[in-house]
Amino acid sequence: MKRISALVLALMMVLSLAACGSSTDSTADTTESSTESSTEETDTTEEEADAVEEEADTAEEADAAEEEADVVEEETDTTETNVDLSGTVSTNGSTSMEKVMSILIEAFEEQYPDVTVTYDATGSGAGITAATEGSADIGLASRNLKDEETGLTAYVVAIDGIAVIINPSNGVEDLTLEQIAGLFNGTITNWSEVGGEDMEVAVIGREAGSGTRDGFESVVGVEDECVYDQELTSTGSVITAVAQNQYAIGYASLSEAAEDDSVKVISVDGVEATEETVKDGSYAIQRNFNMVVSDSATLSDAAQAFLDFCLSPEVADYIAQAGAIQP
Amino acid sequence: MKVRDTIEKFMNGLFFVCGMVSIAMVVLITAYMVVSGLPAIIEIGPIEFLFGTEWASTAADPKYGILPFILASVYGTFGACLIGVPVGLMTAIFLSKIAGKKTAGVVRTAVELLSGIPSVVYGLVGAIILVPLIMNLFELKNGTCLLAAILVLAVMILPSIISVSETALSAVPPEYEEGSLALGATEMETYFKVSLPAARSGVAAGIVLGIGRAVGEAMAVMMVAGNVANMPSLFSSVTFLTTAIAKEMSYSSGLQRQALYSIGLILFLFIMIINTVMGRLLKKGDGDKK
Repeated sequence: MKRISALVLALMMVLSLAACGSSTDSTADTTESSTESSTEETDTTEEEADAVEEEADTAEEADAAEEEADVVEEETDTTETNVDLSGTVSTNGSTSMEKVMSILIEAFEEQYPDVTVTYDATGSGAGITAATEGSADIGLASRNLKDEETGLTAYVVAIDGIAVIINPSNGVEDLTLEQIAGLFNGTITNWSEVGGEDMEVAVIGREAGSGTRDGFESVVGVEDECVYDQELTSTGSVITAVAQNQYAIGYASLSEAAEDDSVKVISVDGVEATEETVKDGSYAIQRNFNMVVSDSATLSDAAQAFLDFCLSPEVADYIAQAGAIQP
Repeated sequence: MKVRDTIEKFMNGLFFVCGMVSIAMVVLITAYMVVSGLPAIIEIGPIEFLFGTEWASTAADPKYGILPFILASVYGTFGACLIGVPVGLMTAIFLSKIAGKKTAGVVRTAVELLSGIPSVVYGLVGAIILVPLIMNLFELKNGTCLLAAILVLAVMILPSIISVSETALSAVPPEYEEGSLALGATEMETYFKVSLPAARSGVAAGIVLGIGRAVGEAMAVMMVAGNVANMPSLFSSVTFLTTAIAKEMSYSSGLQRQALYSIGLILFLFIMIINTVMGRLLKKGDGDKK
């Protein structure tokens, strides 16, 4: 009896595994068919908006939603999905651009299902070299080209604005870039030195390798010299930590910090940190995310399509989703 | 008969395969850790890697010294034991000897619940309550520090210490205690001088199990320790071996990533040693009973 029941249990396990596989398939099928069967124009557009919104909400949205969006797109606007184009586009460079790139690549591959875009996170320098040597179609650089890097054209895909945040109870409203550098590299250890109350400074930042940290440190000019009290692994945890600590100063991507009332975004050199001041270049702590293309090489159709896609105004939402701003 | 034999053989095979799976996993993971962890150690140099006091993996002139991580892990674990072991042991003695059935039941359920709480929840509570508390209590500018990690870990290792020690204490033959009491020893003298020594291998196993959990814990520590690669001191922000890997893995590349694997290898060795010690202790415990 025991043996039989054990056997039955084993069988059930196998069956349930098999069932799992088929059930996901069937849900995907039903969503597809239900979307296809909807005929009313208004309905479909509504659904499209819904589906896009859903996608924007979470990167890990279920396959079903993606498929839904695909199908709807095909129905409403057949020119959007381009199956004529095929091939591989290789991009290589800045690790800071990982978030922007992964979202752009996902969106692009949805429109051009036969094109594969690869992304190697190697660093801005390596990306520019790759574009120069032709080992990658498009080089990615989170800094502008230097004067000696000639024969290349850089296209600004996105601007990364970084906000300097402090606890709301802290009276400081404005800091110069030098003061910020001093606060972060440990030469200024008391808020009274920059016009605040007489209290110590707790420096909160991101972990080594983070694009925000790299961006902030390189723009402010404190690379490898910051004296941190906390290194946290996400923008959210930096904001939470700063919100909890009245001594704290930290940095976070502008798009996320501006939305959060629990921390105060300070102005830099008298310029408030907003999307507009980042766009017009008056806010200091920002940098460009560039796509670098060699002047001597001709881009493949697929690579050209990807570049055009990334520069088109329709990807503004995707770039915003990655915490950056379209120029 | 024949059908039964086939079933018998099939089930034997199935169990054999299942048993092999876990062995294969251990071998695979060990091999993988060594293969992916060794190159960076060799490239950086074992002495510089293990005894370097500076970790700056993304600097222009990168430094890969993991001594701060090793020391933080060791101090953190030691500190957690310093607090957790006495509390855990007393609880175990209370549960197995002193408490009445009803009280013991309640306490035991609480301990079991404690062991079921996910580490991220420990981290969350630590970050929201403990860190500000430490900050205000000691008038620090920053509450995330080794002390916070020690306190969180101390609570986290309690369940392992309590449950294993309690089992060992309950297994002490009642004649020992009766003999001691009959000779005029008080109850406390009996528990501390007779029961505890008799159950020492089981108690030790519980402590080692707790050490293993403290060394291996990443999530909770990451949320309260601050994660800066300082040489550890009680009120400074520190990085454990586990958190060093966890915090930098997502955006790492090149030698930095390889070095993280190497930290993994070191951590793996630590855990292996702890497990071996525990295995020895448990075996010794069995020998005592026979």
